[in-house]
Amino acid sequence: MCSRPSPGTGRAGIRTRRVWSSDTEGGEVPGAALTINELSKRYGDIVALRDMTFDVRAGELFGFVGSNGAGKTTTMRIVLGVLAADAGEVRYDGVPLTFDVRRRIGYMPEERGLYPKMRVGEQLEYLAQLHGLSAAAARTATRQWAARLGIETRLGDEVQALSLGNQQRAQLAAALVHDPAVLVLDEPFSGLDPLAVDVMSDVLRERAAAGVPVVFSSHQLDLVERLCDRVGIVSAGSMVAIGPVDELRAGGASTLVVDAPDAPAGWADTLPSVLSTGRDVRGRTELRLAAGADDQQVLRAALATGPVREFAHRRPSLAQLFREVVTHEPPTPADPPPPATRRGRARWKKEGRP
Amino acid sequence: MSGATGLDTDPPTTTPTGPPAPATGQDAPPPPTTRRVLWLVLSREVSTRLRSKAFKIMTPLFVVALVLGIGAASLFAGGTSTSTVGFLPADATAAAALDAAADGAGVDLRTVTVPDPADARAQVQDGDLDAAVVATGADGLQVVVREELDDVTGALLTAVARGQALDAQITALGGDPAQVQAAMGAAGVHVEALDPADPRHGARIALGVITGILLYISLLIFGPTVAQGVVEEKSSRVVELLLATVKPWQLMAGKVLGIGLVGLSQLVLYAAVAVPMALGTGVLDLPTSVALGSVTWSLLWFLLGFALYALLFAATGALVSRQEDVAGVTTPIIMMIIIPYVVGVSVLPSDPDSGLLDVLSVVPLSAPLIMPMLIAAGTAPGWQIALAVALAAATIAALVRLTGRIYAGAVKRTGSRIRLTDALRNR
Repeated sequence: MCSRPSPGTGRAGIRTRRVWSSDTEGGEVPGAALTINELSKRYGDIVALRDMTFDVRAGELFGFVGSNGAGKTTTMRIVLGVLAADAGEVRYDGVPLTFDVRRRIGYMPEERGLYPKMRVGEQLEYLAQLHGLSAAAARTATRQWAARLGIETRLGDEVQALSLGNQQRAQLAAALVHDPAVLVLDEPFSGLDPLAVDVMSDVLRERAAAGVPVVFSSHQLDLVERLCDRVGIVSAGSMVAIGPVDELRAGGASTLVVDAPDAPAGWADTLPSVLSTGRDVRGRTELRLAAGADDQQVLRAALATGPVREFAHRRPSLAQLFREVVTHEPPTPADPPPPATRRGRARWKKEGRP
Repeated sequence: MSGATGLDTDPPTTTPTGPPAPATGQDAPPPPTTRRVLWLVLSREVSTRLRSKAFKIMTPLFVVALVLGIGAASLFAGGTSTSTVGFLPADATAAAALDAAADGAGVDLRTVTVPDPADARAQVQDGDLDAAVVATGADGLQVVVREELDDVTGALLTAVARGQALDAQITALGGDPAQVQAAMGAAGVHVEALDPADPRHGARIALGVITGILLYISLLIFGPTVAQGVVEEKSSRVVELLLATVKPWQLMAGKVLGIGLVGLSQLVLYAAVAVPMALGTGVLDLPTSVALGSVTWSLLWFLLGFALYALLFAATGALVSRQEDVAGVTTPIIMMIIIPYVVGVSVLPSDPDSGLLDVLSVVPLSAPLIMPMLIAAGTAPGWQIALAVALAAATIAALVRLTGRIYAGAVKRTGSRIRLTDALRNR
């Protein structure tokens, strides 16, 4: 459904900075896309966001990953109108977000947000009614979501009496109870047990299937890899890589594992397109190939040394990609990352966000 | 295993049990009206406050304290004893003369008949009688008391004795003692007061002080509750969820109105318990209309005062993000309540017409405490009350705008304390 990234963009062949041209979704899903366009935000000298740009299509689960303090939460808070951006805008269905559109977003803030001393059920009904549901509809929706999320027996308890995991389920229910048109969830999976992760994943998939653009941030990259249609990797306030996980993985420098037991050391060092070689614990040769390299040439060279027992591509995991992208962000002529900004970010991280 | 046409295979859609799925916002409910949002926020505040432990414990305790206090006061008032004086059956005229003298002097005194002097002495000894007249003669009355004769009864008995002596002389001279008594009774001092004191002066001052105390307590309980409520929403981050669908002014207004309603209801309850009881037992010696007028004014001034202070509490509460920081920013407002109160209750009893109180009763930030005291004491003229109400209302209107801006500029910003100027600049 998506075009492959053209090789050569960025050092590792990964798309960098808003090179993604959003081709139209081929589906019948109703709904509209959420577009984040060139958001910038500074806190004094500290740059929190720099031209943050991406879109979350209708019916898409979008994973938002990045180091602590990379700007994920700031972006989400701007989408919700909790923060004002210095520049840029957020659009839904092509139109800049207004208050009446924002009230149709389901939001789960990173630090959570429910009245600690209010009963779960009353709180969910209250939030649903503030979003325009009638009292009866709010009660029905509260019961349904509580049952779906497994907290139906806790509706009469105060939020503070719930375990952290159940508080999180209640928080998700709060984001869903008014049947939102967009879901923005900041770290919805943190601190959940595996069962709760499954419930949360199912619900997010189901909402996306209903045509809702869903964006969530997470540090659990395996989960993001498994769950998301597309992933955006954020570093220092900008989107540095974006696309379907498979494409990102394919676009990364691939590693070739060759088991040629009779091959002499350094047999592949001089081959074209080989960036580096090494040996793993079982004596197999690992070669890093440049993007677009001809692996058949390598195979021929390996066969020339004797028998070849194994010849396989190893795709980088999202975690490896993440490390690669975040630690070696390529400088681009148009927008060199100023060293001051990097230092600024480190300081910002320590002080904590406001 | 599947039927005839193997082609129309809809994959077995595993629809998870749960809410009916598809809603993409196209059929979203219309946004609630402002009135409904205000009502929802207000209702939540009211039910939260009514359910709070502090409210559930304090309110009944306060009612009990009022009942006990008024009860004790009425016992104490009743304890300023009526003195009882015994007379032998033969001295009925003397007894009647004492009753008449006591009535004329406005003294609470009762006469009883005792069968004989021995019995009279025994009753005095037991304390049943304060005094007993055991013999009458030309040289006056012979009175038995346990320790000493109190001054008032003594003076009255002296008058009776002299009257009897006079009657004897008049009879001896051939006159009619009754005529002379009537003439004497008619003669007296007729006073023209240029500036008559209110006979209920003491009761009104007391009502003024009690009104002041109740308003003070209510404002000091419910005002800071507003600040704490604002900070609770900030510290729990629930404000981020709320402000995605509620405008800041709606959230602030709903909170102030809701908490104010709870405070007003509590005061109405106290008044409904205390005023009838105080009037009924005679602790509050005032006409019902005066008492009710004073209570109504007090409730109105609670509303004005609560609006003034609560707006300030809400705006300053929004400047901080943690409960421990609330006291730091709200202290100046708390002082604005404490200082007028202290000045009022200490000056009012000694100098109800004080010029200082007159000034403070129209200054908007002290009027809510001082003016109801003056109204209860009956020392504020109508124009002064009208001026104070007008100034307070105008100040509230100005504060709604100012505090609304501060609140909106500050409430979404968590972290360290926000400076007032930043809050005003940043929207």
